[in-house]
Amino acid sequence: MEQKNTVLIDGQVVELNGEKNILELTRKIGIEIPTFCYHSELSLYGACRMCVVEVEGRGIMASCSTPPAPGMKILTNSPRVQRVRRTVLELLLANHDRECTTCDRNGSCKLQELANRFGVKKIRFGERDVKLPLDHSSHSLVRDPNKCILCGDCVRMCAEVQGIGVLDFSGRGSNTVVTPAFHKNLADVECVNCGQCGAVCPTGAIVVKDDTDRAWAAIHDPEKMVVVQVAPAVRVALGEEFGLPAGEIVTGKVVAALKRLGFDKVFDTSITADLTVIEETHEFITRLQKGEKMPQFTSCCPAWVKYAEHNAAEYLKNLSSCRSPQQMFGSLVKKYWAQEIGKQPEDIIVVSIMPCTAKKYEAALPQFATDGVPDVDLVLTTQELARMIREAGLVFDQLDIESFDTPFGFTTGAGVIFGATGGVAEAVLRAAHEFVTGQPIDQINFEAVRGFADRKEATVEIAGQEIKVAVVHGLANAKALLQEIKEGKADYHIIEVMACPGGCVGGAGQPISPTMETKKERAKGIYNADKLSQLRKAQDNPVVGKFYERWLAKPNSDAAHDALHTAYSNRGRISGEEIKLMTSQEPDQLDIAVCVGTCCYLNGAYDTLQKFMKLAADSELKERINLHATFCLEKCEQGPVIKVDDEIINGVTPDRVEKIFTEKICTKLK
Amino acid sequence: MKQEVNGAPKEERNTNYQRKFEKVNEIINRLGRSQSALIPILQEVQEEYRYLPEEILTYIATALGLSPASVFGVATFYAQFSLEAKGKYVIKVCDGTACHVRGSEPVLEAIKKRVNLSGKKKTTDDLRYTVETVSCLGACGLAPVVMINDKIYGQMTPEAITIILDQLEKEDAADE
Repeated sequence: MEQKNTVLIDGQVVELNGEKNILELTRKIGIEIPTFCYHSELSLYGACRMCVVEVEGRGIMASCSTPPAPGMKILTNSPRVQRVRRTVLELLLANHDRECTTCDRNGSCKLQELANRFGVKKIRFGERDVKLPLDHSSHSLVRDPNKCILCGDCVRMCAEVQGIGVLDFSGRGSNTVVTPAFHKNLADVECVNCGQCGAVCPTGAIVVKDDTDRAWAAIHDPEKMVVVQVAPAVRVALGEEFGLPAGEIVTGKVVAALKRLGFDKVFDTSITADLTVIEETHEFITRLQKGEKMPQFTSCCPAWVKYAEHNAAEYLKNLSSCRSPQQMFGSLVKKYWAQEIGKQPEDIIVVSIMPCTAKKYEAALPQFATDGVPDVDLVLTTQELARMIREAGLVFDQLDIESFDTPFGFTTGAGVIFGATGGVAEAVLRAAHEFVTGQPIDQINFEAVRGFADRKEATVEIAGQEIKVAVVHGLANAKALLQEIKEGKADYHIIEVMACPGGCVGGAGQPISPTMETKKERAKGIYNADKLSQLRKAQDNPVVGKFYERWLAKPNSDAAHDALHTAYSNRGRISGEEIKLMTSQEPDQLDIAVCVGTCCYLNGAYDTLQKFMKLAADSELKERINLHATFCLEKCEQGPVIKVDDEIINGVTPDRVEKIFTEKICTKLK
Repeated sequence: MKQEVNGAPKEERNTNYQRKFEKVNEIINRLGRSQSALIPILQEVQEEYRYLPEEILTYIATALGLSPASVFGVATFYAQFSLEAKGKYVIKVCDGTACHVRGSEPVLEAIKKRVNLSGKKKTTDDLRYTVETVSCLGACGLAPVVMINDKIYGQMTPEAITIILDQLEKEDAADE
């Protein structure tokens, strides 16, 4: 007899349509089974046991990792299920630092929400007595292991979506913790500060570093003029914090709120995004014509830039040298605008409102300072702005809208779409044709690069040449693309990379939201804002034109390079000990370090090292040599790299070892 | 076989460092650079160094294309791996049920007293001895049992183990 393709859920007949697990099926019929460790974009883990259901004949099962089978009888809310869920919550809470009132995630914590939803009022188990140290080392994030419930969401997010794997479980049983390698701090490993770990964290174990106190201090300092810039993605998400739907454009209210909070001038980062488009497109055209440093990668996303500095040394020259819109803004304000209004750079405090945690790290980079004064003093995320608005008692949806101040207030749609994945590429495409041919293009909407597909591609013809564009978001997608380029399987001219899924609208500084749908709504809001703009192309922005007239001469000029461009450097992936191979106790000794980091290792550093060991051991100078293998000398593209005392020598392939040993080492020791 | 590192003369110490590192590379090449080879690699490397030094774990992660955090995770999950330098003599005192009731605790105390270890410290400063307790050595009939490196000593008493350690020290001195 043919079996019907249905199951029975709480007495209701439900048809199967290829659902991967029971959880997916129940959500389709409007039953919200609780979860901590289930995220549709991450792999199945089945650790939290909150999603249990009772299956007749099989007992209690985790619905996230049980595929539905025809004829199953499933109960989602039986007394047994209720009891198990409550006990799981109780056990999690017993092991959790329950200082809810002072927690950053108070009100947006999943553990708090579920404890409330399942009526857990009493915890029968004792409290944990060990308090683990917090990690404040990062500019962007704070890690509090005492609040971790070991769901592993952050671990899988970092490894699967971002392709990095900064965090993993260590230890076992009751000693298990989620930690970077060797219990190092986040600042000492290859963390790119994207904050996606915190965005999926159901509790307050990884949160955005709170800088609101510093913002209030700046606002209340009568000596300082405080200007604030607002990134494109903030305007389509802040409303969520105040009960408005995702994607609703609240630009006018954001400006009004910032003015009421006491900021002296409220500006729009989109204007320097317009400027970025012009600089980056000119840079691209130059490279294209010279046929060098292709493909060109975008550089607006500081998490991507840091990722490339750690992992893609050989492509750093391919990154656009343009600073991000945030840093271009800071630089123009402190270098030029301050002078114009008769102020010293240190008298102006530049605050950014960003959807992004990595922007906090970017603003603190030493190269982004003018005469020792940081170009951007302080970065607040959308979440922190919402907190300040609440603290000030402003009723957000009753605020009368206001508009940005001049001169950094007039923007085009091109600058606004930077907030969604594909936006930078689209803005560049709107400009490139015109810059090459002198003729504006008719069709300015590039639908092919919009949307949430892992990789988007478009081909455009400019002056008879086919330009191939690729857009990726999520660093694992960038990693895969880099690999294809390396293998010669991918061939693009310009590549946009954003670290966060969905682009900046999906940034970790945005209001906490568990679903991709919210991010899609925000992206829709971004494109609506673009549609509403009278000017849609960066090159049409008259104010940016004035910046060139007054301050920057022309695109990619020396002045523009000085104020708007930057350079990148390799970074080691982990800081730590070296491997000792020979030690000298003579007073007159020479230090030789051979890099065995990823790039050098793949370039044959081990053979180089072995040759050195042999030569050194056979040499009469061996008593005076300190030889060690080290993990990164930050010259990855020219590996294998060695360091003799303070001198770095690149490209030390095994066949060059003997020559270098005689020339550099023997001579130095004589 | 000589395994001394810290106390050894310089010449020998350097050959030791190099020989071990070459061995690590030999192990990685022999077992292959795949994720599934990680545990066997860690086991053999630990045999070489007597523990898993941080820098070697980073090196293994590099060679296998894994994140250092994952390698660290595996190395800390299994009780067989140690991230701390262990002594030349690893003394395992069984504290399973049978050994416990037959008096493993006084034996442990006697060992600690003999090698000068107190509190939570497991390894002596001169890296000569590491003293650990284990849950069962599978030799319950000989309880209480003590294992020194690969050798098993059954039916221990505080007096007997002290004599064994005295003997060990004498042999060691003669070796040097």
